[in-house]
Amino acid sequence: MSKEHDKGMSLIVKVITRLTVGLILLFGIYIVLHGHVSPGGGFAGGVIIALSFVNLMLAYGKDVALKKISKSAMSFFESTGALLFLSIALLGFTGGYFFLNFISKGEPFRLFSAGIIPLCNIAISLKVGAGLFAIFVVLVLLKFEWEKKE
Amino acid sequence: MMAISNIIPLFVAISLLGAFIISIIGKRLKWLPDLMGSLTTLVLLGLSFITMRIVATQGILVYSVGSWKLPIGIVLVLDGLTVFMLITVNLIAFFISIYSISYMNRFTSKWKFYTLFLLMVAGMNGVVVTGDIFNLFVFLEIASVASYALVAFGTERHELEAAFKYTVMSTVGSLFILLGIVFLYSYTSTLNMADMANVLAQKGMSNIVIMVSILFIMGFGLKAALVPFHAWLPDAHPSAPAPISAMLSGVLIKSLGIYTLCRFFYNIIGINSSFSSILMILGTLSMVIGVFLAIGQWDFKRLLAYHSISQIGYVILGIGLGTPLGIIGGLFHLFNHSVFKALLFLNSGAVEYATGTRDLQKMGGLMTKMPITGTTTLIASMSIAGIPPFNGFWSKLIIIIACVQANRLGYAFWAVLASILTLASFMKVMKYAFFGKLRDKWNKVEEVPVFMKFAMIILALICVVGGVLLIPNINEVFLKPASDVLLEGTKYADIVFKGIQ
Amino acid sequence: MIIYLLCLMLFCCGLYCILRKRNIIKIILGIIIAEYAVNLFFILVAYRMGGRSPILSSGVEIVNMVDPLPQALVLTSIVIGLATTALLVALAMRIYEKYGTFDITKIKELKG
Repeated sequence: MSKEHDKGMSLIVKVITRLTVGLILLFGIYIVLHGHVSPGGGFAGGVIIALSFVNLMLAYGKDVALKKISKSAMSFFESTGALLFLSIALLGFTGGYFFLNFISKGEPFRLFSAGIIPLCNIAISLKVGAGLFAIFVVLVLLKFEWEKKE
Repeated sequence: MMAISNIIPLFVAISLLGAFIISIIGKRLKWLPDLMGSLTTLVLLGLSFITMRIVATQGILVYSVGSWKLPIGIVLVLDGLTVFMLITVNLIAFFISIYSISYMNRFTSKWKFYTLFLLMVAGMNGVVVTGDIFNLFVFLEIASVASYALVAFGTERHELEAAFKYTVMSTVGSLFILLGIVFLYSYTSTLNMADMANVLAQKGMSNIVIMVSILFIMGFGLKAALVPFHAWLPDAHPSAPAPISAMLSGVLIKSLGIYTLCRFFYNIIGINSSFSSILMILGTLSMVIGVFLAIGQWDFKRLLAYHSISQIGYVILGIGLGTPLGIIGGLFHLFNHSVFKALLFLNSGAVEYATGTRDLQKMGGLMTKMPITGTTTLIASMSIAGIPPFNGFWSKLIIIIACVQANRLGYAFWAVLASILTLASFMKVMKYAFFGKLRDKWNKVEEVPVFMKFAMIILALICVVGGVLLIPNINEVFLKPASDVLLEGTKYADIVFKGIQ
Repeated sequence: MIIYLLCLMLFCCGLYCILRKRNIIKIILGIIIAEYAVNLFFILVAYRMGGRSPILSSGVEIVNMVDPLPQALVLTSIVIGLATTALLVALAMRIYEKYGTFDITKIKELKG
C-alpha cells in the first residue's frame, strides 16, 4: 500500500505542484491573519495550510514531504498551538476575567484590531494544521503487521 | 486579590494544561506523566473541597467568561448539584490515576494514556460546571472522544471491536442531542440555560418541547446506558484496561448521562408527571434486566458491567420519583455506586494483573495469596448488595422507603427483588474467585504493587464509613444542597440571574 | 417547511445506512451523512427572509442580516465531526489488520 507513494506522480503533476504549493500556503496564512475582518479564521486557514503539505506529499512521495516537516516537529507544533491558546485565555486573568479581551481593540476593519482574536486565530491554525497533517501521515503510512515482516 | 468566583474556570484550565504539557515533554522524561497526572488530579480534588465550603457559606456562584453579560455570554454556574458532581468526579479520578502508575506499566506508551485521561477529566469537569447548552455539548464530545480512544488502548482484537461498537452508538446518541439542541434554539432563540428556563415557562408546553424531551431522553439515555439503549456497555467496559473501566463505569456514564438528564428535566423544561413516570419505568427496566443478565456471566468484568446497568436503574428510579427523600436517595446512591463500582473494577484489574485471567471458573482460593485484594472485594461486594452497615445499604433503603411513601409499591417490590439477585450474584463471585481451594497453578501468585494497594484500601475505607454522609450536620453540606437545586425546579433561572453582580 | 422536511429525510437516510449496511466503511459514511444533515438543518434554522450575510464591512449599513450565532456553532460541530471520523477510520483500519475483513457479521467475537 505504501510502495506507490514512494516514487510520486507523473512529471506534469510535479511541475504544477512546485509552482502552486507555495501560493496555497500563502493563501492559508492570509485567511488566518484576516480572520477578524473577513470570513475564515483559525480553522479554515489551518485546513488550507495542512492541505498544502498534503499536496506536496501526494505529488512527490513521502520522503520529500517528511523532510520538510518531520513527525516530531508536527507533534510539537500541535501541542504548542494548544498551550498558546490556553495561555492567552489564562492571561485574561490579569484583566480580571478568564478569556477577557485585554489587548487594546483599535479601530474596526483594520488589520491590527480586535484584541486577542488574531492571536487566538494563529494558535488555532497551528494546532489544526499540524493535527490534520499528522492524521493524514499516520493513516497513509500505517504498516500492517503482516507487511512489516517482509 | 480577585473575586472568589475566579476558581470556577480553573477546573477546566488546569486539566487541559496538564494534558498538553504531558503531550509535549512526556515522551522524553519517563517519570513526568505519572507525577503530572497524580498532581493535577490532587489539585483538582483540593479545589473541589474548597468549592464545597464556598457554596455552603455564600450560596450559588455565577461567573461570566470574558465579562460578557447574561444572556449573551457563556456563564459558569456553581450550585449544590455541581459541587456534588465535582467532588465525585475528582475523587475517583485521583485514586484511579494513582492506581494506574503501576498498572499501566505493561503498555508501551504511558504518556498517551495520561494525555487522554486528563482530557477526559477536563471534559467531565466542563460538563458539570457550565451553564450554557452548546458549551455542554462541546465538553460532552471532548469527554466522549477521549473515552473512545481509551477503550481501544490495548489494540487487541476484542478491544477494537468493542471500541467500534461503542463509538458508533455513542455518536448516534450525540447526533440526537445535537438535533434536540437545534430544535430548542429555534423555539427559544437563546442558548443560556437560565434564560431558556424563563422563556419556556412563559411559552408553556407545546409539541416541540415534547419532541425535544423525547430526543434528549434518547440521546442522554444512550450516554447513561439506560435500557433499551444499553447494548454498548457490556462490550465496551470489560474490554478497556482496568483503570479506564473504573473511570467509565464509575463517573463517565453518571456525569454525561444522569447529571445532564437532571439538569434538563428538573431545571429547564420542568418536571411533570408523565416525564417522571417515563424515568421511573426506564429505571425499573434497567434494574431488573441488568441483574437478570448478570447472573449467568462467568467473565468477572462483564458481570460487573451488567451490574452497572442495574445500579444506574436504581439512581434513575430514585431521581424520577420527584419527592425530596427520593432525590436524596438517588443522589446518594450515585455517589456510593461511583465508589464501590470503581473499587470492584480496580479489584478485577488487580486479579488480572496477578493471575492473567478474567474467567471466574479458572480462579479459586485467591484469598490466601492476595489478602488485601480479597478483603477489599469482600467489602465492595457487601456494599453493592446492600448489607448493613456499608454505604450501599443506606442509599438503597432510602430509595425503597421513598417508593413506599409515594405509594408506588410495585416499584419498591422490583427494587427489593433486584437487590436480592445482586446479593446472589456477588456471593457467586466471592465463592469462585477468592474462597475455595487454591489451584496449583496459582501457587506463585503474589500481592499487587503498593500504588494499587493504596488506591484500593482508601476506596474501601470510604465504602465503610460512607453512611456517615447521612448525619444531619454533614448532610446539610453535601447532599442537601444538591437535592435542593433539583427540587426548586425552574426557579433555578431566577437564582442565576440574581447571582450576577 | 419543505426544506426542513428534506433535511430530516437526509438524516433518516444516514440512520438507515448505520443500521442496515454490513460493510464498516458504509457505516462510517452513514455517520458522516447524518452529521452533515444536522449541521445543514442548524444553518437553515438561522435564515431570515430577505437577509444578507452577517459580515460588516466599512461603509455598509446594518440592515436585515441572517442570524450569525448558528454559523459559529456549526463550525465547532464540523470540527467535532472531523475528529470522530478520523478516529473511526483509524479503528476500521486496525480492525482490518486484526480480523482480515470489513464485514460486521464476521466480527462478532464478544457475545453473551
